[in-house]
Amino acid sequence: MTEFDSLGKARDQLERRASRRGWRPGLRESALFDRNVIHEIQRAAREGIYDIRGFGAKRAVPHFDDLLFLGASMSRYPLEGYRERCDTDVVLGDRHAAQPLHLDIPITIAGMSFGALSGPAKEALGRGASQVGTSTTTGDGGMTPEEREHSSVLVYQLLPSRYGMNPDDLRRADAIEIVVGQGAKPGGGGVLLGQKISDRVAEMRDLPKGIDQRSACRHPDWTGPDDLEIKIHELREITDWEKPIFVKIGATRPYFDVALAVKAGADVVVLDGMQGGTAATQEVFIEHVGIPTMAAVRPAVDALQDLDMHRRVQLVVSGGIRSGADVAKVLALGADAASIGVAAIVALGDNSPQHEEGYAEIATSAGYYDDWHEGRDPAGISTQDDDLAARFDPRLGGRRLANYLRTMVLEAQTIARACGKSHLHNLEPEDLVALSVEAAAMARVPLAGTSWIPGTEAVVNT
Amino acid sequence: MGAGAGPGLRVGADEGPVTAADVTVRTVDLADTPLRELNAGLHAVNGDGPRRWRVLNPRGAHAVAAGIDAEIEVDVEGHVGYYCAGMNKRAVVRVHGNCGPGAAENIMSGTVAVDGNASQSAGATGRGGLLVIRGDAAARCGISMKGVDIVVRGSVGHMSAFMAQKGRLVVCGDAGDALGDSIYEAQLYVRGNVAGLGADCVEKELDEPHVAELRDLLERAGIDDCDPAEFRRYGSERRLYNFQVDDAGSY
Repeated sequence: MTEFDSLGKARDQLERRASRRGWRPGLRESALFDRNVIHEIQRAAREGIYDIRGFGAKRAVPHFDDLLFLGASMSRYPLEGYRERCDTDVVLGDRHAAQPLHLDIPITIAGMSFGALSGPAKEALGRGASQVGTSTTTGDGGMTPEEREHSSVLVYQLLPSRYGMNPDDLRRADAIEIVVGQGAKPGGGGVLLGQKISDRVAEMRDLPKGIDQRSACRHPDWTGPDDLEIKIHELREITDWEKPIFVKIGATRPYFDVALAVKAGADVVVLDGMQGGTAATQEVFIEHVGIPTMAAVRPAVDALQDLDMHRRVQLVVSGGIRSGADVAKVLALGADAASIGVAAIVALGDNSPQHEEGYAEIATSAGYYDDWHEGRDPAGISTQDDDLAARFDPRLGGRRLANYLRTMVLEAQTIARACGKSHLHNLEPEDLVALSVEAAAMARVPLAGTSWIPGTEAVVNT
Repeated sequence: MGAGAGPGLRVGADEGPVTAADVTVRTVDLADTPLRELNAGLHAVNGDGPRRWRVLNPRGAHAVAAGIDAEIEVDVEGHVGYYCAGMNKRAVVRVHGNCGPGAAENIMSGTVAVDGNASQSAGATGRGGLLVIRGDAAARCGISMKGVDIVVRGSVGHMSAFMAQKGRLVVCGDAGDALGDSIYEAQLYVRGNVAGLGADCVEKELDEPHVAELRDLLERAGIDDCDPAEFRRYGSERRLYNFQVDDAGSY
């Protein structure tokens, strides 16, 4: 065998391996027109309408992965992991409400509708949240008795559609959340396709069965912050000033929106970044409207601080929170709590390889499934089909969610103790550095190993 | 429209929950009583509480008599601001004056009657009960209504009954532009001129059952000078109920 032969064999072997990974010499994929782009152009040409899907933004945007904590060392000392306390509780809504929420952990479950999710899935969210002492939230479809029964702390959303809205549920709720917008689609309404409008969903929403249900993008009886102030006042009067009132906004102009929400009288502001999930939205909306969660937090905190309202009006941040590290980072940037939606659904069992066969039947695969609007979820979570929903065990799902929330809290505590903090709320921007110039500019922390915070004159010694 | 008690407004007086035997009237003067105290009092009414209430000097206050859930009668002597009688259940609330935006928003049951005019979004998202407006209603009257009956003696502004799901809107005068845009199953009756119909809203036959339904609604609203046969009926063409790409221009 010549040297040339053995080189040739080696080359063939390498190419065979690469081919298994989808690469062949001479077949060069365009960075601009990659296979997903080509597929989408072909789909649009065939169907003549935008793509609707669930989940949140799938493109890469600057996120908390680009931040790192500086653990304690010489100049500050850490706390002993299993001996010294690191508290996690949070009070939401003590500005005006007689009955603010006291949560054991600073991670809440975001609003998701009965309609988008099955009844058992909503029950599981309540079970999981209640096991760890946190809140869950209704959605664009009203409050179900199962949900109320299984949620020790339940936030009732007031949305533009007002499906199922009634004063009894307002009084049954522990807090009220006025939804102005959400991160996946700031400025957009909703849609629930006909196949998910079952008899029960139709009845709760006062709609005929089987039609495509559109949710308005603006509230029917108020426009703008001055009206919102009066709307909040009405809700307080109806509930005798007992319930905390949250205002939820999609992240676009967070400084102004947070300031206006505070001015309108909100007890709590919920800020949802563009990575926040949705049950059904145009893909173009999900991927191209709104700003990343990380970019929204500092301007929101600025607004609260400028009004002397930081920690008096609490800030809850959602949109791509996946781990205790994400929670710790968002708290360090000034939030009072984090909120999860997509991650909670995944914890229940969405996109689990256990259902691979079911995913294959609807031409997708575990880890990719996002057609939540179609109601054919093999995991039985985002569906109104009784047979599919019966596959999901709300007790087991609730247990999984509780496990996941506990894990996140332990992770956040691990980081906080390493930074010498006896409460998660004691984390601060000074505990962070950034891995990229973008993250440094957005989070306003120095690029790691430098004293440079882009966009500021500040020189920080680390 | 003056702020004094309108002698013509008797809506709910004959069929209301309170009988002539209930003579006790609780009077609350908002000139010297905080609104919060009035509403808390109205919410606290139980079996032996006062069944008749009179509210003086509302002076445009917002959320007057909001959130009642009791078989009582409330007379508001003057003009009110936003969301008067919001989310009302069972009570009869009469406003002897004009209403700001969102009068009787999300009303569940009972009757809310306005002597004067109502600003925009009157009866928004209402799910039951009856809203009567003796004067005119501004834009978006009955927006997103979900079962309420609304009777307007005068005219309504543009975009009225936008995305109206259930219930009936009766307009004795004219309707502004884009009436019933994106309407679902609500029924609209207009006696006067309709400036324009919104997407998916069409005129439908007025048959005898509709005339009977109208007669009943007008009677309950205390309106005796409009002939039910003079109305025209509008509702959904149901063409946009399931999205089809060729209809994209209709949205």
